[in-house]
Amino acid sequence: MSSAPDTSATAMPKNYLNEKITVSSWLLTLDHKRIAILYLVSLLAFFLIGGLAALVFRVELMTPEADVLRSETYNKFFTTHGIVMIFFFLIPSIPAVLGNFLVPVMIGARDFAFPKINLASWYVFMFGGVLALIATIAGGVETGWTFYTPYSTMYANSNVILAVCGAFIAGFSSIMTGLNFIVTIHKMRAPGLTWFRLPLFIWAMYATALVILLGTPVVAITLVMIFVERAFGFGIFDPALGGDPILFQHLFWFYSHPAVYIMILPAMGVVSELISCFSKRRLYGYRVIVFSSLAIAVIGFFVWGHHMFVSSQSTFAGLTFSFLTFFVAVPTALKMLNWIMTLHKGSVSLASPMLYAFGFLGLFVIGGLTGLFLSTLATDIHLHDTYFVVAHFHYVMVGGGVMGFLGGLHFWWPKITGRMYPEGLAIFAAIVIFIGFNLTFFPQFQLGVHGMPRRYHVYPEEFQVLHIASSTGAMVLGFGYLIMGAYLIWSLKFGKIAGKNPWNARGLEWETDSPPPTHNFHETPVVRHPVYAYEYASETSNEPDVQSEKGHV
Amino acid sequence: MNLLFDLLPVQATEYAKQVDALYLFILAISAFFTLLFVGLLVGFTLKYRRRTQDERPEPPHEHYTLELVGGAVLLALLMGMFFWGAKLYFKAQRPPADAMEVLVSGKQWMWKLQHPSGKKEINTLHIPLGKAVKLSMTSEDVIHSFFIPAFRVKNDVLPGRYTQVWFKPEQEGTFHLFCAEYCGTEHSRMIGYVRVLSQEAYDRWTMNLGDADETPVQAGGRLFAELGCIACHRPDAGALGPDLTGVFGHEVALSDGTTLIADDNYLRESILNPQAKLVAGYAPIMPTFQGSVNEEQLAQLITYIKSLSN
Ligand code: HEC
Ligand code: HEM
Ligand SMILES: [Cu+2]
Ligand SMILES: [Cu+2]
Repeated sequence: MSSAPDTSATAMPKNYLNEKITVSSWLLTLDHKRIAILYLVSLLAFFLIGGLAALVFRVELMTPEADVLRSETYNKFFTTHGIVMIFFFLIPSIPAVLGNFLVPVMIGARDFAFPKINLASWYVFMFGGVLALIATIAGGVETGWTFYTPYSTMYANSNVILAVCGAFIAGFSSIMTGLNFIVTIHKMRAPGLTWFRLPLFIWAMYATALVILLGTPVVAITLVMIFVERAFGFGIFDPALGGDPILFQHLFWFYSHPAVYIMILPAMGVVSELISCFSKRRLYGYRVIVFSSLAIAVIGFFVWGHHMFVSSQSTFAGLTFSFLTFFVAVPTALKMLNWIMTLHKGSVSLASPMLYAFGFLGLFVIGGLTGLFLSTLATDIHLHDTYFVVAHFHYVMVGGGVMGFLGGLHFWWPKITGRMYPEGLAIFAAIVIFIGFNLTFFPQFQLGVHGMPRRYHVYPEEFQVLHIASSTGAMVLGFGYLIMGAYLIWSLKFGKIAGKNPWNARGLEWETDSPPPTHNFHETPVVRHPVYAYEYASETSNEPDVQSEKGHV
Repeated sequence: MNLLFDLLPVQATEYAKQVDALYLFILAISAFFTLLFVGLLVGFTLKYRRRTQDERPEPPHEHYTLELVGGAVLLALLMGMFFWGAKLYFKAQRPPADAMEVLVSGKQWMWKLQHPSGKKEINTLHIPLGKAVKLSMTSEDVIHSFFIPAFRVKNDVLPGRYTQVWFKPEQEGTFHLFCAEYCGTEHSRMIGYVRVLSQEAYDRWTMNLGDADETPVQAGGRLFAELGCIACHRPDAGALGPDLTGVFGHEVALSDGTTLIADDNYLRESILNPQAKLVAGYAPIMPTFQGSVNEEQLAQLITYIKSLSN
């Protein structure tokens, strides 16, 4: 059980980071770990842009009148926020960063099946992202991230086409990543690593990749249709040209509902890993979690109409979609049950990644349960397109998705960079983020119930108090993210050397160096135990677990 | 209304109260599960916190009773929500037959409303207390959404077709009217009020504003003659087109052998795109009126044709 490597901070052993350090060695790298870093840096930049846009319009919303922005500008800000956060941050976040880094390492492979496609996916993504940014800077887009027709095709006078092209192109990078995941997980698992020995993170990536491959082409076609109608006046969605505006909503949500699972399944995978590690045992109901991920991926394709209860779809369609939607709630709830039961009789420690996992659980339970108000027909009619929906999806996407991403980032940070961040600050930031988040979004439920519509620049006075609370929360939240960014960057140079397995976790990624060598393992690992083998010293050895001295938690 | 302390907004209709009962039911269930979950989370974390570094907890056993029972209980509760919600939804979809019909037309960024008496107004809807009101809505441009929080009703307003919303106000007062579907620059200014007046006050209001306009039915009748519809649609045997008396709300046999119930959207299509669905036994000779009638006139024609079925 060697690990704590020697101190001299500068002399890290040869690894994927220090092997070559030229710019071209980064930009032309085929190493999945370096590609993950490229993604990490670009996604954080997008997160910053999206976050700043949100801060600006939250400031605007502190008063009922228009003071900081004109209506047109306000609309451009929330559109930019939505497009950037969804298409250029959250959808790729966990798969492209943590998934890219970890999938090969966790299954004991040297790289993905198609490393060149992997690199290409980053370039494609950046190309789409840059187009979207140009659309934003050169005049902006004001359709909302949902691009509803006929507004987006015939009425909006902004850079819709450019933004649509950006989202369209970024979709291909998702598809490339998804393809790589599926082939690699099928074909390149280490000896002994059977399907039911796979870590739940891998299962989550697998389920996500399935959704990506089945769903993304549909949104791509839909975006092309917007392009064709807007650019050439072919009547597809605009009734004035003989089109059908509701058709757009069907096509859009056929992708965008499953897309919410592209955003949450990976976070669920991360949380499973965290809870197992910081309870020191295998997850309760491992197989239930696996099958619930797959069930969510499949059922998720049959519920899109729940976004359209008041769109004038038929009564029968409304009933069907409401009915089916309740069935997604069941596998989701089972996961919650399994996570909580893992703590029961576990050995629970509250290190910073676990705090993020707890943040995920606490916020996701609210996000999920508020989904029930929206799945129920009569209540959704009232709540649809109000701040209630805004609060709901932020609880699931930020409370769930982003918390999961940050938890995973902290957990694997020592593996990725070889260094620890300051634990005390990390705990502090996690708490600030949790409080800021709730202060921002909880009041929005109340706003929505009382009828405050979403995407409103000016609003009746009685809503002001809650808007002020929400805007204050947004600043606290932003401050929390800022602290986090600061200490993570600080740790790159000054952090304590982490060693192979600082959390005393199980999983192949912890059996190689931190940071791993370019080819991940010095020799191909052979897996000997079921997953999360905390009773053994490691997945590949038969020695019983000797509690590690260095486990600092 | 105090947003900090009131759980629910004003309930100005019976339907709003029924929706709120369901809302409270889901809220109770959600609160229960949230507390249970957070309670267990905190409880387990304290009780099973790591005390020493060499603790080695038992791996959990794989048995699925808890999952099965938990899943079944949950599903039962969820089905309860579904059926309750569906029951109210049916109600919201079926306006009573005697409802007073107000025509609504949304356009960037205002609401135009027309009463059966012919009164027109913009952004403020006056309605009498205790009387069922049905709105027949369409848009002149993009999608809007007609939302009255105090009545718990909302429906999108689409270009090129009719949608409806109905309610029966049971409280006098002034309530918010919002556009809920993002529709462009001034979306947040596409708002107004619903004023619920006593029947007398409503009648007086109708009189006061009386600039001797014709009612929508009268206007429709006039257009029906002016546009020459009447030349083909006559109640006598030699007419080129079908008699429109009693068409609305009844079954129509089409030339392709199918049948349908004539509703607002069918009438609309028959006028704008007559060839799309041909009535059995007639030649496709009716010209399209697309472009020769505007939304308002179209709504009046339809109201007139509907009045032939009363
Ligand atoms: C040249 C004769 C002609 C004129 C003028 C005409 N129609 Fe028609 N209309 C027909 C015929 C023939 C049909 C039946 C075949 C079909 O469905 O197109 C019809 C069908 C209809 C229907 C469907 C009736 C049903 O029983 O389902 C409606 C509604 C209608 N017309 C309304 C109008 C209105 C309103 C106008 C004036 C704006 C008008 N029509 C002018 C000939 C005419
Ligand atoms: C527990 C399961 C869930 C249920 C039952 C549920 C239900 C719903 C329903 C019915 C709506 C439509 C509301 C409306 O527009 O009126 C909705 C909206 C939304 N949900 Fe969920 N949801 C669940 C989980 C999630 C998850 C996991 C995510 C994302 C990670 C998510 C993200 C969203 C988003 C983004 C919207 C709004 C989209 C928009 O209009 O812009 N939901 N949800
Ligand atoms: Cu959805
Ligand atoms: Cu609007």
